[in-house]
Amino acid sequence: MAAAGGGTNLDPLYDEALFWILAVMAVGAAITMICVRQAVHCALMLAIVMISLAVMYAMQGAPFLAFVQIIVYTGAVLMLFLFVVMLVGLSSSDSLVETIKGQRLWAGIAGIAFAVLLIVGIGHAAIGSAAPQTVANSAGNLTGLATLIFTTYVFPFEVTSALLITAAVGAMVLAHRERTTPKPTQRDLARRKVASRQVAPEPPPGVYALNNAVDMPARLPDGSTTSRSVSRAVEQRDMDLGRDPEKTVAADLAVEDRIDAERQIEAAARGRDEQ
Amino acid sequence: MSPAHYVFLATILFVIGAVGVLVRRNAIVIFMCVELMLNACNLAFVAFARMHGNLDGQVVAFFVMVVAAAEVVVGLAILMAIYRARKSASVDDANLLKY
Repeated sequence: MAAAGGGTNLDPLYDEALFWILAVMAVGAAITMICVRQAVHCALMLAIVMISLAVMYAMQGAPFLAFVQIIVYTGAVLMLFLFVVMLVGLSSSDSLVETIKGQRLWAGIAGIAFAVLLIVGIGHAAIGSAAPQTVANSAGNLTGLATLIFTTYVFPFEVTSALLITAAVGAMVLAHRERTTPKPTQRDLARRKVASRQVAPEPPPGVYALNNAVDMPARLPDGSTTSRSVSRAVEQRDMDLGRDPEKTVAADLAVEDRIDAERQIEAAARGRDEQ
Repeated sequence: MSPAHYVFLATILFVIGAVGVLVRRNAIVIFMCVELMLNACNLAFVAFARMHGNLDGQVVAFFVMVVAAAEVVVGLAILMAIYRARKSASVDDANLLKY
């Protein structure tokens, strides 16, 4: 598996085409990632970069790393990111106001300078072409890696386990929240419900209104609407989009009244004709 | 493609990640940029492993992935704790140690 000389058994032409496609994709996605506002979009762009890199690992004779990249990075790490984005809230987008004056400009200049520094430095270094695989890789990529990990790198490998355990314990300690009040029992919950004077479930949105939408407040038997039936997140979204469901209801009622009036006029006219 | 191409690509991705860390203020996005930088380093490691014709670079990239996974777990837990205390994921709002 990909143990041929130069680390890849791809045809050179395909190799080159694939590299340029993936490179443009990865760089484009990375630049988009640092430009878009929503954290979720950033995560999606990062996924594109990581999958492109996984294919590049496979092209360079590292099939094991390619699969680990997809399973661990795009699978586990990015899911963790998305999970935290969901917990912290989808509205966690950056504001476009700069808090430090000229931060973006100077960061861009620093980035370009850094890139020039690195590229000039690496350009002066002698990076040879791909060497033929040595004995280490002759038995296949996975066997070679396993041999190295469990012989030369066995101590770092063992230390890694300590790191992983520390990370797991640390995450548990940091994410744990002490309960400051005793857990409410079923009796407490029942008492609270009766005391709140709302024993029946809250009215669901949109059911008694003219429109059947979740942002439409429920219409109570006395004709008034209740804001308790609409989720606060939906309300916020309506406010962001400049929608007013109450106004829509009012407009619909007005239209109905007008239709009624026109119908009465029509009926009266018909009655006159018949006479 | 020669390993040099991959090393230059890794350089560009690393710089983009560094600029992202400097520019963005949402802590989650900054974390993603750090991950991008780690990925760029991995790409360089794999390219150098191919250049030398041995597997040591791939082993190092493997260890970087393990450390990155552990780092993400702890980092995101810290972020959750900060968010719980300050109701914000912006790095500008975590300024208690500033003065």
